[in-house]
Amino acid sequence: MSRMVDIANHIVAHAVKLARVGVVSAYPITPQTQVIEEISRLIESGEMDCEYIPVESEHSAMAALIGAAAVGVRAFSATSAHGLAYMHELLHWAAGVRLPMVMANVNRAMGPGWNIWCDHQDTVSQRDTGWIQLYCASHQEIADTVIQAFRISEDPRVILPVMVNYDAFVLSHSYMQADLPEQEEVDRFLPPFRSAWRLDVENPLTHGSVIYPGDYEEVRLSMQQAHDAARSVIAEAAEEYRGLTGRHHGALVEAYHIEGAEFALVAMGSLASECRVAVDALREEGLAAGLVRVRSYRPFPREEMVELLGGLKGVLVIDRDISFGMEGALYSDCKAALYGRAEVPIFNAVAGLGGRDVPYTTIMDEMRSIVRGERREAVSWPTVCLNDHHLASREGMSRCG
Amino acid sequence: MRLKDFPEEELFLKGSAACAGCPGSMALRVAFKALGRNTLLVVIASCTSVLQSPFPYSALGVPVLNMAFATGGATGSGVAAAVEHLLKKGILRERPNVLVWAGDGGTYDIGIQALSGAAERGEDFIYVCYNNEAYSNTGTQRSGATPYAAWTSNTISGKREWRKDVAQIMVAHDLPYVATASLAYPTDFFNKMRKAASIRGTKYIEMLAPCPPGWKFPSDSTVRVSRLAVQTGVWLLYEHENGRTAYTAGTKRIIEGQSELLPVSEYLKAQGRFRHLFRGGEEDERVRDYQKRIDEVFDNLRFASRLRERLMDLEIRG
Repeated sequence: MSRMVDIANHIVAHAVKLARVGVVSAYPITPQTQVIEEISRLIESGEMDCEYIPVESEHSAMAALIGAAAVGVRAFSATSAHGLAYMHELLHWAAGVRLPMVMANVNRAMGPGWNIWCDHQDTVSQRDTGWIQLYCASHQEIADTVIQAFRISEDPRVILPVMVNYDAFVLSHSYMQADLPEQEEVDRFLPPFRSAWRLDVENPLTHGSVIYPGDYEEVRLSMQQAHDAARSVIAEAAEEYRGLTGRHHGALVEAYHIEGAEFALVAMGSLASECRVAVDALREEGLAAGLVRVRSYRPFPREEMVELLGGLKGVLVIDRDISFGMEGALYSDCKAALYGRAEVPIFNAVAGLGGRDVPYTTIMDEMRSIVRGERREAVSWPTVCLNDHHLASREGMSRCG
Repeated sequence: MRLKDFPEEELFLKGSAACAGCPGSMALRVAFKALGRNTLLVVIASCTSVLQSPFPYSALGVPVLNMAFATGGATGSGVAAAVEHLLKKGILRERPNVLVWAGDGGTYDIGIQALSGAAERGEDFIYVCYNNEAYSNTGTQRSGATPYAAWTSNTISGKREWRKDVAQIMVAHDLPYVATASLAYPTDFFNKMRKAASIRGTKYIEMLAPCPPGWKFPSDSTVRVSRLAVQTGVWLLYEHENGRTAYTAGTKRIIEGQSELLPVSEYLKAQGRFRHLFRGGEEDERVRDYQKRIDEVFDNLRFASRLRERLMDLEIRG
């Protein structure tokens, strides 16, 4: 074991090195840049045996990753926000052509206006591309999840790309401690690259060609079945990793003080760490509060939601995203998981968009109003604070036309 | 290499879904003969995505990764990087040819950024653009490669702009090898593919691909129209390496005076997409525009050729 005190972006690079990645293809975007800077440094200094492709766009980064994985090499990329959105077409392609690969995404807001701070809109918008999406809440979890992600992605029951997500600046740029396993330990955990297929001159097959309506649906069903199978693969990987390192950050979810809880918070990423503080403070007030941190957003922890939230007196789901015209996306998913299986009063707070700070006291206030039975609206925006500038632009828009 | 000496093995197999007279399938057949089985093929969204035939069949005898429209240069980069990694590790013993196969839409328009990026980085693959001068797969809409005055389904009175020239854009990228090719000169194409395979770095070869339904000529005339394009000087055959361009096959013979430059109207009249230039027995002034351009190009090429001969002569004597 070696201990690093560094920014999460550098820690990711070292985890990628331990995973013996053979091709990295990436394009710089704030707040991801130090990931690829550190990887290129490790390669140039000879510490990492890997080909690095400094592509000219994220669309190309993902295309190159697909090309590399198709030849039978473990491949990695990192991006964020607009870069991820620019990859959108090829995120579908990577998952649909059934190639394993891992990408780190630093969760950042989508423009306009330009906002480089923490927000989950970027990855939530890519929810339906077929990628497995894992969300981390600490530097240590990021390091461990990157290594686990290759194992999950390459498992013959899965063979889908995996996105490892962590919050801009709060995690990406802050210095924290993380323990990295030894190379031999990682080698024991992560066998040499496996894939369902590769471009092989001895066995020439054609991949990704025209597929008629008579065959297409079966392909999509197989992807859904792979996601279903990934649930236990993610849990197994986390468990086996615990055996190796003693560390465990949860399987599909991480529960905190949920036993005996009457009220619960649900959140993803670093916001869930703020929720822990809120839970502790609420417990000190004598309120039986708990937390369910969603670690795997896709596949979604359906059973865990029923098991952990069923029968509670109130649940608040905090979304760092908004599905416009509806509500927070995580909230919709939680309700869908519970529908017809558990009766739970469940509410939504859309908060912390574009890096807006969400103090634990705000989370406590939201929870208290649910506890007191005062909460009426399903969805609140508790961190919104309209000032004169905002009101003036609204006034301007109302005069338009 | 003569035509009769081409390898007999066919890697473009029976049962393709190509139209009769399809230039893409003819070009693939020759390319496969030149490169052989040890080839990894990336097919970019184009007619070739379709003509290889649908799942679960394939008319292509090499391993194929079909990819999205804008990705030719990038996918080639990823495949080449992975090949390099496996060679270094000793997992691959023999270096395979990496061949990216794209149309003019995927090269001139939506894919030019990825191609330019890969070319600038010097990624190790052969990129073939089979240029049928339109989006033939979607019903013949104009592309950046569509020539002046040509009908397409969204330039119904003829395209108003001259085409751009991606082969020259690739020359400007300082590639180790850039070449153009024609189906009427298969040995020239074959030799260029073989040479490209022997060079490390990004190699760009552009094949003019006359498309019977898109250009509106009978499906038995693909080779004839290909030859007329060269004989009338509309399409130049050359290869560019080490900073020098050498003209080849039919184009070389015209420049050196061994064969005559035919009037461009012979090429234009052979295709329905230029029919509007010859309505009522009269030639549209756009035909003269064409001839003027071609004459200028060949005047320059002949002058440069004579100049080079003269200089070499002086060098020998001096």
